[in-house]
Amino acid sequence: MAVQHHTTLPLDQRPPLLRLNHVDKVFSGDVVALRDMTLQVNQGDFISLLGPSGCGKSTALRIISDLMYPTRGSIDWEGGHGRGDLGVVFQEPTLMPWATVAQNVWLPFRLAGKSYAEVKDDVLEVLRLVGLEKFQNSYPRELSGGMKMRVSIARAIVTNPRLILMDEPFAALDEITRHKLNHDLLELKTKIGCTVIFVTHSVFESVFLSDRIVVMAARPGRVMAELEVDEPYPRGEDFRTSADYAAHARRASEALKEAMGEPA
Amino acid sequence: MSLADEQPIGATAARDEDEIRRARAARIESLAKWVLPVAIMALAILGWAWIVTANEIPHYILPGPDRVWDSLVNDWGMLIDAAYLTGRITLLALVLAVIGGAGLAILFNQSKMLELSFYPYAVILQVTPVVSIAPLIFIYVDSKVAGMLLCAWIVAFFPVLSSTTLGLNSVDHNLRDLFRIYGATRWQRLRFLQLPSALPYFLGGLKIAGGLSLIGAVVAELVAGTGGIGSGLAFRIQEAGYRLNIARMFAALAMVAAMGVFIFAALSVLSHLLLRKWHESAISRET
Repeated sequence: MAVQHHTTLPLDQRPPLLRLNHVDKVFSGDVVALRDMTLQVNQGDFISLLGPSGCGKSTALRIISDLMYPTRGSIDWEGGHGRGDLGVVFQEPTLMPWATVAQNVWLPFRLAGKSYAEVKDDVLEVLRLVGLEKFQNSYPRELSGGMKMRVSIARAIVTNPRLILMDEPFAALDEITRHKLNHDLLELKTKIGCTVIFVTHSVFESVFLSDRIVVMAARPGRVMAELEVDEPYPRGEDFRTSADYAAHARRASEALKEAMGEPA
Repeated sequence: MSLADEQPIGATAARDEDEIRRARAARIESLAKWVLPVAIMALAILGWAWIVTANEIPHYILPGPDRVWDSLVNDWGMLIDAAYLTGRITLLALVLAVIGGAGLAILFNQSKMLELSFYPYAVILQVTPVVSIAPLIFIYVDSKVAGMLLCAWIVAFFPVLSSTTLGLNSVDHNLRDLFRIYGATRWQRLRFLQLPSALPYFLGGLKIAGGLSLIGAVVAELVAGTGGIGSGLAFRIQEAGYRLNIARMFAALAMVAAMGVFIFAALSVLSHLLLRKWHESAISRET
């Protein structure tokens, strides 16, 4: 698995990956889901889209992943955009219940026409990264919610995509599991240096995980503020309890309150 | 739970009252599942024998169970031949219903226009009672076997079609999105996503179709009558009726029922084998 090293570069020196240019999305002629969203994503970024329900976070992800066309505006990928650029993690683990863990992780390769023998090493490697190498032959129903989510993450990173989209992946998990997965996700990110856009409505999650937070407002969905969390990775429990963390969280909360139209 | 924790150490090793009671209830229930139906059957047969002897009912009106048993033993050769014939038509019709039903479901799923054009006619074919179509079929279809197959197929294919259609459309929408993001072809989506998703639905339809194909075969036999191709169980029932051999009617009826039970059991086992690894319906849970 090739490692991209841009994670360790300062934010302003990272090479560009893609750019959303003044993207609008209007449903059935008059419901504005997203208004004039411009976002520059650079290689190695961990960007959180933070906002209340209905702020267009998920719409933005669907547009980036080509599941939806923008009504206006464009998405420009550096060096063009093709199959295999993306890895996706949904709010639910979204595994095929009839397939084993290894078969589920094989899926992106399989759809690209690669046999299991060809990519077995990659599949086992990512399962080791998410700590599930012993469960490669288990079926999803035999796993806990957190483990299923790990399989889902393994599937998203197995092809070493240029960008990973995560749509509130840990929202349905219990607090303890969510903490653990947040830590493990950062560890994973430090190891493989991936670029991530992470949708969440948790201020604390966004501060802990990301180096850039895009705060969004609802009705119509739009970008209200962009904050930088300029703290080095790896981040651990000590970061979570630090004064800097608290300060970042306060800034993000205030931006979110403002976005929701409440006095800061 | 918390109460049990407070028990002295000696008591924690043993199971508590509640659990023992629950285990006993479970044991009794699993036994009763077999014993009760058998007991009911035995009682019914005894009651039947008693009514026949007590009222001195003549055997050409209602034979006692002993006579039916004798008929089953004495006519076994003829009955088993008949069962073989009816069974063959039933199974062939079921196979054709699976191919036709699942095939149509896949075709309809791939082309909305095809579905819109033909689905209403599949429904019409289904809701028209097969007894009323069968005489027409035997006018236009020369081969009795083909006619009987067609009758059985008409009743059996629809549950396979409708349940498979439902299954193909019941794909998890996130998985569908995932396949799109990874650029899956139509064929890949069908093979790796829709067909496995539809499998439990298909198997449910198959179980219904198994029973229906037997009904179709029996109806077809009754309508086709003696015309040539040997004689199945339904024909034997009819024929024994004409001869006032009521005992043989019951014997043949028992064999039709046994065949229906066998088909249902076989399809249930098949369904369990195919789904046991992953599907909720096949998983037994602790309490």
